[in-house]
This record gives sequence, structure tokens and C-alpha cells, in this order.
Amino acid sequence: MTAPALEFRDLHLTYRTADGPIPAVRGVSLALPAGASLGIAGESGSGKSTLASTVLRLQPRSATVTGQVLVDGEDVLGMTFKRLRALRWAQASIVFQGALHGLNPIQRVGDQVAEPIALHEPSIGTDDVHRRVGELFEQVGLPPARAAAYPHQLSGGQRQRVMIAMALACRPRIIVADEPTTALDVMVQAQVLRVLTDLVAELGLTLVLISHDLSVLADTCQRAAVMYAGRVVEEGPSTAVFERGAHPYSRALAAAFPRVGDPRFRYAPAGLPGDPPFPGEVGEGCPFAPRCPHSRPDCTSGEVQLAAVGPGREAACRYPLLDDDEGLR
Amino acid sequence: MSGPARTPAEPATAPALEARELEVRFPAGRGRWARAVDGVSLAVRPGQVVALVGESGCGKSTLARALLGLQPVHAGQVLVDGAPLAASRAGLKAYRRRAQLVLQDPMGSLNPRMSVYESVAEGLRIHGVGDEERRVAEALGRVGLRPPERFFARYPHELSGGQRQRVVIAGALVLEPSILVADEPVSSLDASVRGEILALLLRLREELGLSLLVVTHDLGLAWNIADRIAVMYLGRIIEEGSTDEVLGEPKHPYTRALLSVVPEVGRLEPVVLTGEPPDPAAIPAGCRFHPRCPLLRSGLPDEVVTRCHGRALPVLPVQGPHRAACHATDRASADS
Amino acid sequence: MSVRDALPGPAEGGPATPPPTGAGAPDGPGAGPPSRRRLARARRSAARRRAWAQFRRSRSGMAGLLVLVGFGLVALLAPVLFPPETISVTDATGEPMAPPTAGFPLGTDESGRSILALVVWGARVSLVVGLAATLMSMLIGTVIGVMAGHFAGWFGVALNRFTDWFLVIPFLPLAIVLATVLGASLLNIIIVIGVTSWPGTARLVRAQTLAVSARPYLERARALGGGDWHQMSRHVLPNVMPLVLANTTLMVALAILSETTLSFLGLGDPLRPSWGGILDGAFTNGAMSVGAWWYVLPPGLCVVAVVLAFTLIGRTLETIVDPRRGVRA
Repeated sequence: MTAPALEFRDLHLTYRTADGPIPAVRGVSLALPAGASLGIAGESGSGKSTLASTVLRLQPRSATVTGQVLVDGEDVLGMTFKRLRALRWAQASIVFQGALHGLNPIQRVGDQVAEPIALHEPSIGTDDVHRRVGELFEQVGLPPARAAAYPHQLSGGQRQRVMIAMALACRPRIIVADEPTTALDVMVQAQVLRVLTDLVAELGLTLVLISHDLSVLADTCQRAAVMYAGRVVEEGPSTAVFERGAHPYSRALAAAFPRVGDPRFRYAPAGLPGDPPFPGEVGEGCPFAPRCPHSRPDCTSGEVQLAAVGPGREAACRYPLLDDDEGLR
Repeated sequence: MSGPARTPAEPATAPALEARELEVRFPAGRGRWARAVDGVSLAVRPGQVVALVGESGCGKSTLARALLGLQPVHAGQVLVDGAPLAASRAGLKAYRRRAQLVLQDPMGSLNPRMSVYESVAEGLRIHGVGDEERRVAEALGRVGLRPPERFFARYPHELSGGQRQRVVIAGALVLEPSILVADEPVSSLDASVRGEILALLLRLREELGLSLLVVTHDLGLAWNIADRIAVMYLGRIIEEGSTDEVLGEPKHPYTRALLSVVPEVGRLEPVVLTGEPPDPAAIPAGCRFHPRCPLLRSGLPDEVVTRCHGRALPVLPVQGPHRAACHATDRASADS
Repeated sequence: MSVRDALPGPAEGGPATPPPTGAGAPDGPGAGPPSRRRLARARRSAARRRAWAQFRRSRSGMAGLLVLVGFGLVALLAPVLFPPETISVTDATGEPMAPPTAGFPLGTDESGRSILALVVWGARVSLVVGLAATLMSMLIGTVIGVMAGHFAGWFGVALNRFTDWFLVIPFLPLAIVLATVLGASLLNIIIVIGVTSWPGTARLVRAQTLAVSARPYLERARALGGGDWHQMSRHVLPNVMPLVLANTTLMVALAILSETTLSFLGLGDPLRPSWGGILDGAFTNGAMSVGAWWYVLPPGLCVVAVVLAFTLIGRTLETIVDPRRGVRA
């Protein structure tokens, strides 16, 4: 049995701030075999972006991290900086959200894509770097001539493609995409997701896709993990999590993006009362209990751990919903 | 909250808000004009929820602002309860008591230096309405911020995203308007909070008989709350009808493509259009969608193709039966 | 054109911005109407206390404040420390141009007056001119800046051109011409400095107004029916004022320097000693060539110290109220 391409082992991450420590990730364990795709869903403050940043050890210095992040069996958190530099880009890379700010406005996009190649493989000649950049642009569906453009000359979708090309520049095996389509329109979102998933399939990459929209994950990933208040509350095959979530929160998140044409959603927007808990203000028991439509008295005490709720599925809920439970409402 | 479609039967009364062949242009440099809104007719009947759907840059936000008198209009008319919108300062001010705007970003829509009370009371002060405190408390209570007094002295940065948007809505409701225009009211909110805000909008329609125009790029949202849908492309409404018809059996290839890329619709083969909405300063001749039209690309009779390339489509009639501005799929459009 | 571009990423409001716990928590529903205003006042004073606490943490800001308070006290107490006759040319008791002695700690000038007394009395003029001229410059600059930023049409453009025009006129020639035309008096010096130094403020205020005008709450105010006056007074001004106040302290330093310059050039009020006036006296009486350092150094060092103090305070205030740091003073 080979080691998973990416694994989080009981990861905790706490930000130190002037107002005291804020735990953003509170014990996450996930494993992803090579070539698989995992979607991580959650709202702002759920810790999903923080979790993604730890893959390349990009978390701020002020953060306290315990646990392990293993890339091909190697702990990213403990490795030397030299080793880490080699790992960044070449083994794993990140596509950030907000492509406008991820690109240097005064540098041609082609040069920005070439930069990691030149840094990591200094032996490659300039002509070869140029050829590689051209190939990358074609891979993400941009005319290679656009390499000479500046970021402001590109549309939002094109900029996000450049970001993907940049992430692929050093032929990494793992891609972490943090809300790659958040600020984009539906049609452009579909274009970018298609490029991303086609490339992942074609090159056999391991993909971690982070989104607040569970339906996007169900469409693009094999497995999905739902995060709430710094923890994974459900993990399983993405369509199962989306369509028949065992955790009430997964169902609420799925219902927030209604299925067009489904009469159950007509004139019936589904939401949850209250707001997601502020990190650091999570009480005892199930963090979701205060907003949970199914909560029972004992939900607010003790620890609620992830437990199997079906083949290959886990949920952190004492009273997981079964497939035939009152559907989405 | 659930129930059958409550589309009001087509009444004889005039629409609460109507646009007639409205045009808004912006200078686009070198003597050219960007036709952001290029001939739009649209109506919202009293108590109706209409969703104006389109991609960013299609002109939907500009249209919404023009309907509120916030954007100078180049041609056409805005009618309120059947009467043309007054151009005078006093007339506009009176109109702004009746029609309110809710913006996308609730953090940005609230002045960070004003407390919740001041923000909600702002409209009352502008229009010199008395009994301020009672009205503010009532508006806050109506949007679910209870007890209202607890929120009076708070500042926006102390509220959650959902609470902020409720404050913005309360600030609009405090003037007891009859029309609410909401521009992407939930797109910057957390997923689990969106539904609550949409449910609130529906409840306000129910309780106060508000007419609602919701501007959005999200077809799911339209399915959630709208009676009717108008799909906008490059400054023109290209399909209009009841929500069930438009989303159930879209006629226009653009609507079909939009619907097909909504994740998890499943029943449609995804049609991913290439490219992005073209430039409103260079609107193609003929059907404005023809350069990207998947239907045209898949092959159409020569006679239709000629029309797609060369013959402009008429402005769709207001609030009629389900119609699309397409030479290929809507005979009525093609003939008229 | 698109509003979507302004959309904040879902990560906003993340762990970095914990909501401050409400100082003076709101009363229950039973609280009467007056409590609301009292609470609002309490909140505002809490905000001021927070800003003060932040100021206190700044070493340079506190140093500046101490120096300034020292000068302020000395200026206020001038008549007590040195009765008016000590600086009168006719009633002077000392030897002309005498080096420091026990009776005259900083020596005397060509008329036998105590330099220390002159410097102490000069502090009054310098501070009054500095503050009054700044007030005037701020008033003109803020009014013109807000209007130039708020009115998008020809009026705003015209105001902006007007500002530019004033900005490029060299300060000294204009000030000299004005001072000559108006005649040498304290009030005229204030007017001259006020009228010539506002364009910088107007520029700053206009830029800030433009930034505030792009915020959705101004569109909301317009949609509510608020006119130009409402928008400017209720939204633009409160958001521009903190920056203006921070700028004021920097402006005072400039005004004091200007006053010194004008007085040194002999355009000051001859009847009132100011630091610039003392320096002028030193220069015309050849204090430098006879080695009368006590005549030149004290006023010069005072100018440097006060200007530095105001600059330190101004810089500190600027960082506290800088809108980009999101601190609401």
C-alpha cells in the first residue's frame, strides 16, 4: 500500500491575535490517495482556507500549528526551508481565489508564469521556458500570444486561467484550488472548472478544491469534506454528501444552493437561523447544535467525533440523518 | 413557507414599476457609446417578485439604477404605477420614498461610523418623517432583529453579514416603500444565511405587498423566490416569462446555456459558451447573441442563419406569455 | 461598471477581525429613549478612549505631545515669567549683545533684552500663527476638497483645476507679495499663510472624498433620497475628518515654518517678537559674524523642536485614523 499523496493528521491551527488565541482549525484528519480529488466545503470562518494554506506551510508565522501535513508521506510542517522550497510549486501548488490580486499588475502574465520555472529549474534555457509557457497557456485554453498581455488586459476568467497555468508551471502532482471561481460569473465559472477538471484528469493530478458551494464540489470532485467551526463534520463521496448529507449542516449547505427545477425549492429558500460561530467562541458539544433543526438536549455536551455512517462515509453527529429522512427540508 | 406558485392573476392595474424601451449609454472613449441598456421593456406588477438575470456586464445593475432614477436615461421611459417618473427634484425625492434599493455588499452599504439606529433612521430624517424611534424599532423587528433596542447602538463591524443585510433591508423598509429593488442581495453572504434573507424578502412581499425586482446572476435564487424571470444579455432582455416556464422550458439558447452550467441541474448537457459577454460598445448586428450562439453553430436552416446575422430582434413585449428574442426558437419573435 | 468587482472575498471577516466586545452593552428593551442617545455618546467616548490608548502606546507620539505641552505652558505663562516690559526695547536692562550670564541665561540682543524672554514671548506668536493659519487653511481646503470630490461634473473639475493652479504657484513669492500688499500685522500673516497653504489639504480631502464616494453607502443615501448636502455632511465629512485632523498637526508645523520664514524676511509684525523675528534681528545685527550664538541658536532650536513635535503627533494620529487600517477613531 502506498502512502496517500496528501494527508492531514490531527491538524490544529491557532492564530495568535491581540484579542487572544483564535483556533481556526481544530483537529482535522483527512487522507487523499494520488490522483483523487477532494472538495472541502464550508462557510467563511470554517477554517477551510486556513487548512489549504498549511499544505505549502503558507500560514502566518504567528499561527501555532500542531499535528502533521504529509505530502507523499513527508511532513510539510517539520521540513527544512530548503526542502519546503523544492516542494512548493514542484510537488504541490495552490490556485488562489481572487485572480486580480494574485497577479503582479506591472508584469506580463507570461513572465509571471515563467518565474517559478526559472526559479525551480535554472538549468532550463530561456527558449525552453518560453515553449513551456506557451504549452501551459494552450493547456488552460488561452492563446499563447496572450502571454504578452498585462493582467488588466485580461478578463476575470482569463486571469484565473493564468493562475492555473502558473500553478501547473513546475508540473506539480498536487493542486490545491482555493475558491478558484468565487468572483466569477456562472458561465465563466463553468469554463474555469472545466479547464481545471480536464487538466486534473489528463495529467493524473491530485486535486483539493475548496468552495463554499457544495454543488460545485459535487460536480467536480470524487469526495467531499464539509467543515464547520474548524472541524470536518462530514466526509464521504461527494454526491452522497451533497444529495443525502448525514450531518444536518451538510444538508443545510446543500439546500442553500437550490436545484433549479426541483419543486421542493420553489418559493422555499432554505436557510439556517443564526450565524456561523465566531472562531474562538465555540462552546462544548457539537458546534452546530445552536443552529441545528434536529438538535437534542445532549448535543451540547461532550465531544462529538467523526463516526462511520455508511460505507466510506463519516459524520460528526450523534443523530446522523439517514437517506430517507425528510429529504432536504 | 412552501406552497403553490402565488403568481398574482394578471390584474388590470398598472404595473408598480415599468420600463419602456429604456436606453442607458455611457461614453466609451473615442466618440463611441457603450449601450449598457439598449432598449429594455420590463414590468413589475404590484406584489410580484421579478428576477432580472444575467452575467456581470450585461447591464442589469445599470437597468436597476435607471429604474430607481439613480441613472440618467438616454431614451425611453420609466413608469411608476402607470405614470411617468417625475424628472423634477421634488418628484424624484417623493419617488425615492416609495422605491428602495438594497445593495449586494451589506458591509459597504452601511456607513461604518453610523450606528444601526442612525443608519435605519437615515431615510426618515431625509424625508422629515416623525415618530422616528417607533418606526426604527418596528422596521428592525420586521426584519428579525429582535429586540430592536438591543441593536440600536451597535456598529456595522459588530454585526454578522446576515445581520448587516437585515439592517440594510430595515433601512429600506422604514419608509414603508411599495417597491424594493435588490441588487444581488445575498451573493456576498454565507451560504447558510442566504436562505434566511431570501425567506425574509418573500415574507415582506406577503405581509406588506411589496413589489420586488431582484437583480442576480444566480438562477437558483430566481427559482427560490421569483414569480417571473427576465434574462438579460448585452443590454437587452432576451427571454421573459414566468419562472416555471423560463427555467422549465427555456427557449433562448443563451438561457439554456446558462441553465445547463448551474451545477447539479443534471438533466441538461452542459453547454459551456466560449468567451465572455462581448463589449456593449460594439453590439453585434442581427441577433446580438449570434457570435456565441451554440444553436447557430450546430447548424440551422440557411434562411434562419441569414436572419440571425442580419436582422435585429424587436424588444420583447412586457409581461406577456413566455417569449424569447430568438430567430430560431421563437416563431412569434421572428415574425414580428 | 460592475459592482461585482467590489465583492469582498468570503474570507473577509475571518479570524483577523474579532468584533470588539460591546463596551457599555446595550440595555434591555425596558430602557427609555434617552438611554439611546446616552449609549451612542458612551460608544463614541469609548472609541475616543481606544484611540487615546493607541496613541499612548506610540513612543514618538507621546514624546511630541510632551514637548508640545511644554511649549504651550511656557507660551501661556509668558506674562508671568517675563513681564511685558522685559521685552520692550526702551525698558531693556541688560548690556547689548551680552553672552549668557546668571541674570540673562541666554544672553541679550542688540538692545539689551533677554533672549530667553524674547523666545518665551515668541512662542506665543509662533503657536498662535501656526494654529490659526492651519485652521484657516483646513477650512478652505476641506470645503474645496469635499466639493471637488463630490461633484463629478464641470463644477468639480473647475474646483480641481483651481486647486492645481494654486498648488503650482511658488509659495514664497506669493506670500511675500500678499504680505507686502496687506501690510505687516499678525492677522495678515495668518491670512497669508492660510490662503497659500490650503491646496495640499484640498488635494488630500478630494482624494479621500473620491474614495468615500465610491462606497455603496453613498449610493444607498442617494437611493433614500438624500441630496448633495446630506451626502456630504452625513457621510463624506465624518469619514474625511479624521484624516484631516491628522493632517492638521502636520500643517501646523508647516505654518510655523512659514511664519518663521516670513518674519525672517522682515514681513512679520515688528511689534511682537516671534522666533522668525528674533532670527531676523540676529541676522541684521550680524550676530553670526560676532559669534553671538546665543542669539541664533535658541529660536532656531525652538522652531525645530515644535515642528518636530507636531510632525511626530501628526504621524502617530495618521496611523491611528488611517482608513486602510480600519480603525475607527
